[in-house]
Amino acid sequence: MIKTLSVLFHNGRQFIPDVINASLKPPFRGRPIITNVKIDEKKAVELCPVGAISRNPFSIDLGKCVFCGECSIEFPEKIIFTQDYKLATNIRERLIIKEGDDIPITIDKSQIRPDIKKICKKSLKLREISAAGDNSAEWEMNASNNVQFDISRYGIEFVASPRHADGILITGPISQNMAKAVEICYDATPEPQIIILAGTDAISGGIFNGSRAICRDFIKNNHIDLYIPGNPPHPLTIINGLLNLID
Amino acid sequence: MKKKSENLIRTHNCSVIKIKEIPIVDYETFFNLNCNLIQSPERHLSHYFAIEEGKALRIFSIISDDKSGEIFVLSTEIDKKKEIPSLTNKFPSFHPFERDIYERFNLRYSDHPWLKPLRYPFYSQEKSMDNYPFFSFDSEELHEVGVGPIHAGVIEPGHFRFICHGEKVLHLEIQLGYQHRGVEELFVKKEKLLERVILSESIAGDTTIGHSTAFANLYERLCGFNTTEDLHFSRALALELERIAIHTGDLSALSGDVAYQLGQAVFGRLRTPIINFTQSWGGNRLGRGLIRPGKINFPFTEELKQSLTDILIEYERDFVEMAETLFLRPSVQARFEKTGTITKDDVFKMGFVGMVAKSCGINRDVRFTHPHGLYKAIKLQPTILQSGDVHARAYLRYQEVLRSIEFIREILQNIPSKISKKDLSDAPLESQSLAISLTEGWRGEICHVALTDKNGKIAAYRIKDPSIHNWFALALAVRNNEISDFPLCNKSFNLSYCGHDL
Repeated sequence: MIKTLSVLFHNGRQFIPDVINASLKPPFRGRPIITNVKIDEKKAVELCPVGAISRNPFSIDLGKCVFCGECSIEFPEKIIFTQDYKLATNIRERLIIKEGDDIPITIDKSQIRPDIKKICKKSLKLREISAAGDNSAEWEMNASNNVQFDISRYGIEFVASPRHADGILITGPISQNMAKAVEICYDATPEPQIIILAGTDAISGGIFNGSRAICRDFIKNNHIDLYIPGNPPHPLTIINGLLNLID
Repeated sequence: MKKKSENLIRTHNCSVIKIKEIPIVDYETFFNLNCNLIQSPERHLSHYFAIEEGKALRIFSIISDDKSGEIFVLSTEIDKKKEIPSLTNKFPSFHPFERDIYERFNLRYSDHPWLKPLRYPFYSQEKSMDNYPFFSFDSEELHEVGVGPIHAGVIEPGHFRFICHGEKVLHLEIQLGYQHRGVEELFVKKEKLLERVILSESIAGDTTIGHSTAFANLYERLCGFNTTEDLHFSRALALELERIAIHTGDLSALSGDVAYQLGQAVFGRLRTPIINFTQSWGGNRLGRGLIRPGKINFPFTEELKQSLTDILIEYERDFVEMAETLFLRPSVQARFEKTGTITKDDVFKMGFVGMVAKSCGINRDVRFTHPHGLYKAIKLQPTILQSGDVHARAYLRYQEVLRSIEFIREILQNIPSKISKKDLSDAPLESQSLAISLTEGWRGEICHVALTDKNGKIAAYRIKDPSIHNWFALALAVRNNEISDFPLCNKSFNLSYCGHDL
């Protein structure tokens, strides 16, 4: 008993009071800014391991980016990773950061399906499907609900069965071997059947894009309600993304 | 170091051998050599794989000697269509590897006792996972329980099939493959170094450092680059930080599985300062971006040293207090002790590695048996426990965390000042060679092997996560336990699905 009290006393309060305004420090890599400095753009495109950098206009696609930061090490004047962790959006195009852009990534409220707002405003239950995820995004999903980040205080919870869920959250690039299970799980989810993709692997396939063991049909055939970029997404990115979707 | 003696090659960790120096023996000799080597308790199978050479299959066997630190490389060439006797029949530790060869090349064995698909890769003849040949038992008193591929928690997919008598588990069969992403093929197809580095970080996200270190050590050997002090330092430090972080998280989950909420909450929060430190060093909580062949993008500074020293003091105080409280609780002891027991004999027979071996009284840890880099210079104290149950695996984590903290404190005394910035992206690789690298990840022995062709291009890349050995340990551990103890047993191993499925 005394030992338990001593543990409680030493650990004190651990929760982060304000997860919306919490700040992260460098070298954390969040939303990048691309300046107008002239560089050898071809070299930058060549450098990127996942083809996230394109030209005309020069841009980085955060749906493909693995946040390795090599481009900003090679071209420190051109590409600067800020510590802005609010990366989630419901519009795929908003994940593409263009030269000269320095605007926060936001959710287009008008594009959120009305059902989601109506049903999930104060309670969002999600079934997480790891579809060939490498246990990094899954790890951060679990971390989002530890005593520090404590996502359940906002009524957001990961539930055991799709029948109890408002939607699914997919991590991983979706292997052929998981494609069927993803479909079955999605079919078992009641309305509004939200689909959320978390992590670069889920959004674009990431480094596995083009692998013969991957099947992206589910993503192509369904409407995606939220994209949460990151490799893996930071718990603050996850929490803010989900909160903005239902708020 | 490389000695050629009769029919095999003796080498050591992180080495490159010319393929033509590896003697090709006939299958019978190969079979007997393997048997002779593996029957000694201080040796275990590190890797066993085949590559296609025209109509023939070339099989390589890599056996590590935990006592002498030697690594034996054996090889044979066989006709793909010929049926051969299986090593699994004599030494079951070969089972996942022979199954992999069967799945890849449709090679048949005359007497394999457990010839089933391993991971249903895209190149397999078997296209559907629906017809897995589960072991079954025809009885009115027994029932089967199927779980997965999607589990109740936020974890990776895999299917578990139990055969139970009432609450008691008689048999568990684990069907994996859902996570197959074609990693090994991508290592060959993606030719840019950075692509391969990112791939190595994605083999298993929770072992980012372990796998990227195994890859970096291997790649540097292939380039003929002498790994510098600062790279050795950062890899050892990152490996131990990863070990501390995951072990702490596992203790949290183990507490949760026995409904001990205080332990779950406190260990859960204690992991955060460690992974946040990793983030303040390299920008990512899992250590992505830290390990690069030839260079480090985030050199370790005096400032980081100060910050880590302070974090470890606070962490250790709270961690020890919580662990001491956890392991003294009768309700926890009652659930941990004598649950999910693995015996020493199982380890020898099945070739288990890492935590499973160390909790059964066997010192099978690459850091001690095949040290590379800083582990050569600074000797760690091995942690060896005897009882082989959930308690041993939990207590092992507690003790290993303390050893890792000691080790980190010692290496922090001497931070290398010279920073390596060698760009190896265009460096030519040793041609027609086989490179081996072993790394002790937090789960156990990681083994990466690369084979290059005559132009110095990687022709085949083979990855072995310790999970490939140890999944079978979970299946053995739950026998005669209550099915309600399955989550606890599972977590006490915490094996990788994606590391197995690749």
